[in-house]
Amino acid sequence: MAERVDRPVLDVSGLPTVAFGIHSITWWGVLGMMAVEGTVFLLMIASYFYLHSRVSEWPPHRNPPDLFWGSLNLGLFLISTIPSEWYRRRARKGDLRAVQIGLVIVSLFGIANVVVRYFELRHLNTDWSIDAYGSAVWTLIGLHVLHLLTDLVDTIVLTVLFFTTLVEGKRFQDAEENAAYWYFVVAFWIPIYLVIYWAPRWLHA
Amino acid sequence: MITTTPTGNTAELTEQERAQAARLEAVWSEPGGFWGWFKAVHHTTIGKRYVVTAFAFFLLAGLLAGVMRLQLAFPEAHILTNDKYNQFFTMHGSTMMFLFAVPMMFEALSVYLVPLMVGTRSIAFPRLNAYSYYLYVFGGLMFYVAFLCNTGADRGWFSYVPLAGPDYGPGKRPDFWAQLITFTEVSAIAVAVEVIVTVFRLRAPGMSLNRIPIFVWGQVTVAFMVLFALPGVVLSSTMLLLDRTCNTQFFNPVVGGDVLLYQHLFWWFGHPEVYLIFIPGTAVISTIVTTFSRRHVFGYLVLVLSLVATGFMAFGLWVHHMFATGIPQIAESYFTAASMMIAIPTGAQIFCWIATIATGKVVLKTPMWWAIGFFFVFIMGGMTGIFVASVPVDLQVHDTYFVVAHFHYVLIGGAVFPLFGAFAYWFPKVTGRMMSETLGQITFWLFFVGFNITFFPMHLVGIRGMPRRVYTYPANMGWTTLNQIESLGYVLLFVAVCVLLVNVFRSMRTGAPAGANPWKAGTLEWGATSPPPPYNFLHLPTVNGREALWDAAPNQPVVGGLDEDARSFLTTRTLDAEPATRDEFPGPTIWPFLAAVATTIAFVGSIFTPWGITLGSIPVAITLIGWFWPERQAAERRRAREIWQSE
Repeated sequence: MAERVDRPVLDVSGLPTVAFGIHSITWWGVLGMMAVEGTVFLLMIASYFYLHSRVSEWPPHRNPPDLFWGSLNLGLFLISTIPSEWYRRRARKGDLRAVQIGLVIVSLFGIANVVVRYFELRHLNTDWSIDAYGSAVWTLIGLHVLHLLTDLVDTIVLTVLFFTTLVEGKRFQDAEENAAYWYFVVAFWIPIYLVIYWAPRWLHA
Repeated sequence: MITTTPTGNTAELTEQERAQAARLEAVWSEPGGFWGWFKAVHHTTIGKRYVVTAFAFFLLAGLLAGVMRLQLAFPEAHILTNDKYNQFFTMHGSTMMFLFAVPMMFEALSVYLVPLMVGTRSIAFPRLNAYSYYLYVFGGLMFYVAFLCNTGADRGWFSYVPLAGPDYGPGKRPDFWAQLITFTEVSAIAVAVEVIVTVFRLRAPGMSLNRIPIFVWGQVTVAFMVLFALPGVVLSSTMLLLDRTCNTQFFNPVVGGDVLLYQHLFWWFGHPEVYLIFIPGTAVISTIVTTFSRRHVFGYLVLVLSLVATGFMAFGLWVHHMFATGIPQIAESYFTAASMMIAIPTGAQIFCWIATIATGKVVLKTPMWWAIGFFFVFIMGGMTGIFVASVPVDLQVHDTYFVVAHFHYVLIGGAVFPLFGAFAYWFPKVTGRMMSETLGQITFWLFFVGFNITFFPMHLVGIRGMPRRVYTYPANMGWTTLNQIESLGYVLLFVAVCVLLVNVFRSMRTGAPAGANPWKAGTLEWGATSPPPPYNFLHLPTVNGREALWDAAPNQPVVGGLDEDARSFLTTRTLDAEPATRDEFPGPTIWPFLAAVATTIAFVGSIFTPWGITLGSIPVAITLIGWFWPERQAAERRRAREIWQSE
């Protein structure tokens, strides 16, 4: 039997239980998922240009996607970051009212984005089954649709949650991280928009 | 902040400690009963399941190899038809890579060991962890059910187009392969995120970056590689599935598609894949060598940097799998140089191990024998690796048995030898009992000799021109004797694995009790009792050096002040591991299992119709919402005690 010794205790009972950014482990989890999904986006963009390098005409025998709906969506995405940033900052202060309002506004933006996205898909001027160009365009935008829908559902669920009595510090962390994920969706729309809408025009010239 | 209370460091507990243990037990123990099995979320529970499941797949794939060896032992044998043989080697390769090697070396080992080694009570995101396990099991089951229905994948483990494309791969065989990839990649990515967060945020106070055990460094390097490598195969297998089920044209050259796009994306993943199988192996070796040399490892910094450098370099090598595809010569030169460069960090590691052994007091137990076997086999594989990194040699031996010999030396040497060493090493921790030393050494020698008899002649038969993936060969090729020697070697490997299984089953029941630290090792998992209780540590440890137990001060503090009525844990800062916040793990729940069932329905459905994934995503969304919806009682308890971080 070993001798019993007195061991000091590192008392952590005073440490915070609600923390944001790098102090929240779910924030790191979200960051990890962004790394994975960002790599998927980048490899898909690389695949687009790889396929472009294999043919002489791009897009082959047809017009590039119409600019209007994609550009409108880009505008909506960019404007949506204003309410998003507002409620993200208020979430860090535990401001329930502001987060409720912010989440409702951002949910509405998300719905608008999806509606505009529907018209975008109608104006891509290609089909995925015609050739590799069409497949690449549809897959690229399809990946973004997937993220848009996921984040929209996520945001709506969180919005509902914020009108229940279940709100606690952890939910404010969720709200902050939901905004961060929305920025990821917005930020990746910029290169994807450029690739889908402008790359065919620039490469054609 | 630091107060003194009397606490013991042995099994002798005070009254107060017994009460504390009972409280922790009540909060942390897994639910019982039939449904309780599906609700379990603790990392040791899920980790053990990963080990058993991955080992079962190893045995299945090994049996498939046995049938192939039987077929090849005789020229013009027809035990298997050519069609069955195609399925057998594809199932063997795909199972070994996707259902055994990665899940075992990365998921199983890190899920079980990393939280213990960094001194915390569970893995970050335990429910995601359970979900990842179920997806992995369901993916494997789907793959084998298809195989039993004569729909086994048959286009090789990398399923190249156009052979696997819609024109040359009729039926559903390549689709099942593509979805197996989807299952296993989701599960590996989930575990990668958990491991990164656990290592970066959940370490014991004092375990700054330069004190993290090398094994943990290895697993976190692999986790990062998983994040950036797996997206390649996500895309290639998705494009393959889309080409086959939705009429996309990615790989159809008639309308601008390109088959090499598949190879680029696949090997962007496939080459790091090889490294994410053997980096955990080398990390295990560093651990075993340290413990059995009875000294701190020589060249800690070099070892860590080598692991990280290997991880980085892995992404610059993928084209060396494509030397025979007619890529530009400048690319060939670059990728030859890059491939040879990998010998530098690997060599540095080997020299560190040799220095550790040479200057330590070596204890030759079974785990150490596996480490020594690893040196021999892995270095052999590395040597032939340098051969095939050279384009002219590669073109000569491409698609021959020489390559088969090379990658079995690297993969069995780099993964299975360390793994069997890891079994012998951590078995006492997991089960509380020692394995038989005699049976362990018998296993080692049978396996070592059997391995070399099986795979060394493959170099020779490859140089003599025998292509891989042929189901039989004529008698006059001069390959018969070598093939028969190889098949004989398989018998030894088979017996070795049987002895290992006997050892495991016997030791689990009648092995000598292990105690907390039978090897007198230095890392934190040996500070917990064997097997660890569901809360891992009665007193959460703090760390004073690289080998936490060896370097602990006589009055090394323990962590106190976490709530004991919830699954509380401490987060620490990434660099210096100073205490940062208190948080709480979610408890057991059925939702991850239900979500995995819903996801499985969507994935399997999409093999047959695109609606599988679109309509199938609705139940997935419902189960995920159920999973994330907070429980009222827990929310109210937390809210009552909240302390907000000051801004």
